[in-house]
Amino acid sequence: MTLAIEMRDITKRFPGVIANSGVNFQVKAGEIHALLGENGAGKSTLMNILYGLYEPDEGTIFINGRKVQIKDPNTAIKHGIGMVHQHFMLVEPFTVMENIMLGAEIANRGVLDFEKARSEVLRISREYGLEVDPEAKIQDISVGMQQRVEILKALYRGADILILDEPTAVLTPNEINDLIKIMRSLTKEGKSIIFITHKLKEIKAACNRVTVIRRGQIIGTLDTGEATIEMLAEMMVGRKVILKVAKKELKPGRSYLEIDNLTVRDNRDLPAVKGVSFQVRSGEIVGIAGVDGNGQTELIEAITGLKKLEQGSIKLMDKEISQLSIRQRYEEGLAHIPEDRHKHGLVLDFDIAENMVLQNFYQKPFSKGQFLNYNEIADYAERLVANYDVRTPNIKVEAKKLSGGNQQKVIVAREIERRPSVIVAAQPTRGLDVGAIEFVHRRLVEQRDAGDAVLLVSLELDEVLSLSDRILVMYGGNIVGELSSAAADEQKIGILMAGGQVSEKGMM
Amino acid sequence: MTASKRYKEFLHQAWLSIRLPLTAIFFGLIVGALAMMWVGIQDGLSLSQILNLPLTAYRTLFNSVFGSFYGFGESLVFLVPLILTGLSITFAFRCGMFNVGAEGQYIVGLFSAAYVGFTFNGLPAWLQMITAIIAAAVGGGLWAAIVGWLKAKRGVHEVITTIMLNYIALHIYNFLVGSKEWFKADKFQGSHAINPAIKIPQIGLFSPSRAHWGIILALLAAIIVYIILWRTKTGFEVRAVGNSNEAARYAGISVAKNYIKAMLISGILAGLAGGIHLLGTQARAASMSAFTGFGADGIAIALIGQNHPLGVVLAAFLFAVMKRGAPLMQAQAGIAKEVVAIVQASIIFFVAADQMVKWIYKRRKKQVKEVASNE
Repeated sequence: MTLAIEMRDITKRFPGVIANSGVNFQVKAGEIHALLGENGAGKSTLMNILYGLYEPDEGTIFINGRKVQIKDPNTAIKHGIGMVHQHFMLVEPFTVMENIMLGAEIANRGVLDFEKARSEVLRISREYGLEVDPEAKIQDISVGMQQRVEILKALYRGADILILDEPTAVLTPNEINDLIKIMRSLTKEGKSIIFITHKLKEIKAACNRVTVIRRGQIIGTLDTGEATIEMLAEMMVGRKVILKVAKKELKPGRSYLEIDNLTVRDNRDLPAVKGVSFQVRSGEIVGIAGVDGNGQTELIEAITGLKKLEQGSIKLMDKEISQLSIRQRYEEGLAHIPEDRHKHGLVLDFDIAENMVLQNFYQKPFSKGQFLNYNEIADYAERLVANYDVRTPNIKVEAKKLSGGNQQKVIVAREIERRPSVIVAAQPTRGLDVGAIEFVHRRLVEQRDAGDAVLLVSLELDEVLSLSDRILVMYGGNIVGELSSAAADEQKIGILMAGGQVSEKGMM
Repeated sequence: MTASKRYKEFLHQAWLSIRLPLTAIFFGLIVGALAMMWVGIQDGLSLSQILNLPLTAYRTLFNSVFGSFYGFGESLVFLVPLILTGLSITFAFRCGMFNVGAEGQYIVGLFSAAYVGFTFNGLPAWLQMITAIIAAAVGGGLWAAIVGWLKAKRGVHEVITTIMLNYIALHIYNFLVGSKEWFKADKFQGSHAINPAIKIPQIGLFSPSRAHWGIILALLAAIIVYIILWRTKTGFEVRAVGNSNEAARYAGISVAKNYIKAMLISGILAGLAGGIHLLGTQARAASMSAFTGFGADGIAIALIGQNHPLGVVLAAFLFAVMKRGAPLMQAQAGIAKEVVAIVQASIIFFVAADQMVKWIYKRRKKQVKEVASNE
């Protein structure tokens, strides 16, 4: 069998780190090849080298057996390499057609030939089962559709080798299945796919082979048939990983957080949460599942005070908090692990110590009168950094210089150490690697076991399923289903998430 | 951390923050030299004369300040308001706001001090002086607080409001000190004379220059600004809002309150600049044909001083030297004083283009590394 891609002895150094060290990576023609590794392991660097965004310091690249030099993405595209980035590069107000043509316009004496381009796009989309509406605007179509447009864009430019960077991070379970189908039909037509991920289950479901990379070095390449999830996790992290968090038996106490008939509008002033009611009891984790954009963000922002609610009530330990300021809510015992840690969770230019006291710097012992007590703050921060295993040279390091996992550890440490009674955790493991995910999950479960009420909102269905005692599904601003963790499975939740109905059996 | 390690760390940090402005100043002087030489070429001077021009000019600039106690004292006269307006812009900037209005706040502060100075002559002189200084602070502070309030409550961008308020301040000021029904003095283009007894005393050492003890107040203000920003709860909130207002909001910090608070303090500093400059150097609030430029210089000083009080003091001194020396350069070295404006502008350009300077340092580091690895 011919090799579509061979990267031989690739080394890439950045100041202070070796991102890739003597990497050998081979992709056979017509296979789906997973590239697995933690954040910062060097997968993106390797793929950016292949796509011409970086030049390797050492090593050579062969495409279909021919030695090539890839100086920039244009060269990569000429050699038939296409890349779908994790963050889509689409122009929102443009139509699907316009986006696909952009940069590769078919013109007739300076005038765009839409007809020719359209027929070409339709031909490709039929051939690979990538159905899209060419006239729809990007801003009006779902994330899954946008991803198809990205794939189409690459195919339209003649890609034979597709690099998909964490393609499933933004998709619903059904969309993931569709994507896997599309990937299969692409490989049937002779295309090769490199699938970058750190989700182990998807590798088993979709890929032929998998290469594991850790700390810039290749650990091994396996047929997925031979690999178990435990094996892959261990190869990726370099030690045994506990994938399932051990929870104590559920012993719910009284209701700590009570939401009643809550209505919230979104930034465009449209109703986003439409009269939602539920409660979270002491000692339980309630998970909210749902496709992004179904009101979860607005729900959380209303509970935590970032957004005004239109009507309804929010009670924290029987006390109405919906009219309190954000600071007052924290004082009542609310903790918030925010969805966007760069925008909300951290002041990126502040050092770790300052970020550790972001909400309670004004309280004793961190300040006295108008003056801050930096010794107390430093002692406190040192303790949290040690207890929560934040990897940093010292507490004077600015938050922006930490890795994503360590940033999240700072936030989790800060929120838990404020001794809250209710923890609202939004996407607490987004973008984290397996080791950090394990850590965050264990801490949340510990708080539950200690009697806190935890409200978990996540787009990762696995996360909701493995942590929650009860699962609520949000769709179109409503809670459309409630399942006990025993009764819940991916399929049922997937149907509810898409707005479907589930038979009464299994509902609580 | 041990004391000596802390000290070393401090020095290292200080070097990191100072090397950029120093490089910029160096390049600024070079650009200025090139400008002078170009003028020399236009004038048909000989090569040696042309090469000498910048040396003569910069020597004159240097001597104008460091050549005599008198000259140094005269530069202190400019230093006082420049430090204060620089601090004013720094404080607002730390809260994420661009205060283009120090100019207007300076005028309001100056007038408030003058008003106290020619009105409440019944008070004991020391009390009248302190009242005048406080009036300057309050006047400038409230004038700026309007800007903070509009931004906090109505979302009006501070650059728009400050520019507008600058003109309003200038013209109301000229109206008040220029019309007999109000405060205009007979035979003078300006207000009634302020009580001479409340003038800030001059520094004998630098006599007969106009240098006055207001410099102590300016330096004190720099220390206080440092303490507020990095040692108090107010400063923590201001900096949090300035770095990321979304994260500050998440943390329960009121963004609106801090906008108002930061503008108030920023305005107090600019108002003090006006009040102290008046009480130190002027007999009355003279009518102004144009803005004084202290507010605009403050922006440049804050930029060059990296929005740090210590940096502001140093940058303000640089500007004071140039303000003092520019006219002498023209008189003694025959270089148009506008060349100083070119030097100033290029320094600002090189600070603003900090990426370029950083690139130079990175390149140098890289070359050093490459040399090391080749050996």
